[in-house]
Amino acid sequence: MAEMWINMGPQHPMTHGLWNMRIKVDGETITDAEPVIGYLHRGWEKMVENRLYPQIIPMADRLCYGSAFTWSHVYCMAVEKLMDIEVPERAQYIRAMSDELQRIGNHLMWLAAIGTDLGNLTMFLYATRDREMFLDLFTSLTGARMTYNYCRVGGVRNDSPPNWTRDLVRTLDYFEKRLKEYDMLVDQSKLFRMRMEGLGYMSAKDCINAGITGPVLRASGVKQDLRHNDPYEIYEELDWNICTHDDCDTWARYRVRMMEMQESVNIVRDILKKMPESGPIRVKPPRAAPVGTAMARMEDPRGESLMYLVGDGTDKPYRLSVRSPLYVIISASPQLLKGYRIADVPSILGMLDVCVGEMDR
Amino acid sequence: MYLDLWNLVGGLIHWLMVDVIGEILNWLHLYGLADWLGSSGVLHILTIIVVGLIILVVGMLVSITLIWQDRKMLGRFMDRVGTQVGPFGLFQNFADALKVLVKEYIIPDAADRLIYPLAPILIIGLSMAMFVTIPYSQGFYMSNSDLSVILTLAILAVVPFAVLMGGWASNNKYTLIGGMRAAAQTCAYEVPLLLSVASVVVLTGSMNFMDIVAFQYENTWLVIPLIIGFIVFLVSIIAEVERVPFDLPEAEAELVEGWQTEYGGMRFGLIMMSQYARSFVGASLIVLLFFGGWHGPFADYIPAGIWFVVKVFLVFILFVWAWAAFPRIRTDQILDLCWKRLLPLAAINLFIAVFFKTMGWF
Amino acid sequence: MEDIAYSVQEVKEKIVQTFSDVIFDDDKMEVRRLYMTADRSILFELCKFMKNDLGFCHCSLVSGVDRCDRFQTVYHITSYASNITAEIVVDLPHDEPEVDSITPLWGGANWHERETFDMFGIIFKNHPNLKRLLLPEDYKFFPMRKDCPEGGR
Repeated sequence: MAEMWINMGPQHPMTHGLWNMRIKVDGETITDAEPVIGYLHRGWEKMVENRLYPQIIPMADRLCYGSAFTWSHVYCMAVEKLMDIEVPERAQYIRAMSDELQRIGNHLMWLAAIGTDLGNLTMFLYATRDREMFLDLFTSLTGARMTYNYCRVGGVRNDSPPNWTRDLVRTLDYFEKRLKEYDMLVDQSKLFRMRMEGLGYMSAKDCINAGITGPVLRASGVKQDLRHNDPYEIYEELDWNICTHDDCDTWARYRVRMMEMQESVNIVRDILKKMPESGPIRVKPPRAAPVGTAMARMEDPRGESLMYLVGDGTDKPYRLSVRSPLYVIISASPQLLKGYRIADVPSILGMLDVCVGEMDR
Repeated sequence: MYLDLWNLVGGLIHWLMVDVIGEILNWLHLYGLADWLGSSGVLHILTIIVVGLIILVVGMLVSITLIWQDRKMLGRFMDRVGTQVGPFGLFQNFADALKVLVKEYIIPDAADRLIYPLAPILIIGLSMAMFVTIPYSQGFYMSNSDLSVILTLAILAVVPFAVLMGGWASNNKYTLIGGMRAAAQTCAYEVPLLLSVASVVVLTGSMNFMDIVAFQYENTWLVIPLIIGFIVFLVSIIAEVERVPFDLPEAEAELVEGWQTEYGGMRFGLIMMSQYARSFVGASLIVLLFFGGWHGPFADYIPAGIWFVVKVFLVFILFVWAWAAFPRIRTDQILDLCWKRLLPLAAINLFIAVFFKTMGWF
Repeated sequence: MEDIAYSVQEVKEKIVQTFSDVIFDDDKMEVRRLYMTADRSILFELCKFMKNDLGFCHCSLVSGVDRCDRFQTVYHITSYASNITAEIVVDLPHDEPEVDSITPLWGGANWHERETFDMFGIIFKNHPNLKRLLLPEDYKFFPMRKDCPEGGR
């Protein structure tokens, strides 16, 4: 069969959204690939130039429906840097706790998606059901399931509800049992491992040069996690480990994400121990930001998210530039795909945890 | 206890043609026509048509029930309810069939005008042709040929060509790749499938389902001596009917819907139906070859045909279970599994069968 | 590549030794951050030096800013060994927005530079594939420029 280009997208079950992966195949083997994005470009960066600072928080939520809290969090951190605001300690703890819960929720969404990518619907439904527990937690904390509008410049919107600790501990206990069940369902299944091992190899050096961050980088054996290497909020005071894996393939990416879920559970437990019982959760920010620039970055579930903010003394940002971790990872995806087969495309790309909202902005 | 379908239908036709219509025609003084209608040739042809219709309807009903079982059990495996229309969700399939019936009838511009509509007809036709050879009990069958095992497998082997035709005629890259995969996979899995059937034939000394089942009734279920053969046959038949983990041809994650991407409406319904018809045939083959056919305890009270269908449903549970527990595996892995694992196992199994036969244990 | 951990002060000194006209913004004193302004003529050499000799192996972000009288490109570059993030601001004249591409150094800058070209029309010289990315290829304007009309007006 002669070489031909196949469009995997924009309407395709593999893509998890609206983007197009063009792949060139020779028989079943991929010889070239080209991602085409921009189908969901909303002009986010232009829009925020015409919004007041607090109005941007719900917009930041909508960068990614899977990890809404982390995006509003990084936006608030950038504005706080610009306005030079110190966040109360309890608010910092609540933010870190929400980050970790969001990370679990996001990774569960990824697990569900990878289940259908590999052709197993059971995993999809199990993971979706477990994610629901965390969405319930967020509902009781913030009042919304997915886009929370919870983080505020200078703190968080409200304190945790009554019985929050009890519900949280129950959910975490349940979830740890479920993690063992995933271990039995997937990790010990020869067929699942056959679909994941040895695919999408990328060495640590290539990963760093391509700008890949987050779980994909850690799966190549690089101990790099912004929560540890560039700590924000109160992560310095918590005990936890960076999850890495040395295999550099999709199996390693899978394992790193699963380990991160367990690690997030440990972090939340640690936070519950160290969190002050009560205290202020929010300081009032000024309406207008000073002239200057600020940069904030944090560890998103998908990698390093960064916001660069330019203030011009008014109540609207002059420029807000977003680094989406996935945007960079997708730019490197042709290197991951070359030489593998068509059947590996969902497996390799699914492990990147694609969310088009943050990719196209 | 069983129903003798041919005698029953033959008697009914004879009564209708000779005692009712013949009498009326005689009363009208149309003696020639009455004699012709009452002649044995006409009666025989009419009997064949009616028996065929009954077998077809029963096969379709069992297949539809298999769809229901698949969806309901998959739901329970996944901690959800499954189908819900009607009692126990039994009517969901009929609702879906109604839906696909009223859908628009589209032929893509690029598709081949002749082959594209022909392929689903071929596929459903071939799948239903296999009902002919499957006996439900000593008396409830369409054909009782001495070569019915070979005939069934021969029809099963033709299906991939129809699939390839459909995939090619749709003129779409996904369907072409899906059709190629389907052809490659099903052709490869024919080999271990036939080898494991050969071991059964060696032991029983017959290619007639009736004799094979009778042999198992006199001795023991063949799954006991030929356990390896049963496993090989089970894996191969799942690959033949293109179900997870071997549903590569329609691998929905990478190839949208594989070779059936361009088929919509009732054509899709027919293709879907044909897959379950083939699953039914596959499960029946397992029951007939390895699980003693229609024989079961309480034979005085429970008709043999019922036992057969119950066993088919029980075997189908294995198919559903595999779907719920496994991911789809890759093209090269699927062929690796076939040539490197199943083929040697099937050969060993054949040796075991020959050994048992030469020792005279069976 | 040796992974030597430098402190912020050491990095500053090393850069000053090689490039005398890099201006550091000493008002902003933050841990693990380095703010500087460089001329566009030395940008590529500066980045090469930082990558090869100081271990800044990761390019976080390349973004553009339209300051009305001039353009700016802002580079955020991170060293994994010493955990420092450096911010390099480069001014470009409004009528000739051209700057050297750093994609040959960091593959991660590829799409950021394409996006900046897409939004601001800043030309990155030596970029391997400088085409529209997020917007359709037949767009005639650069929407993130401040003089671009909003809401169809």
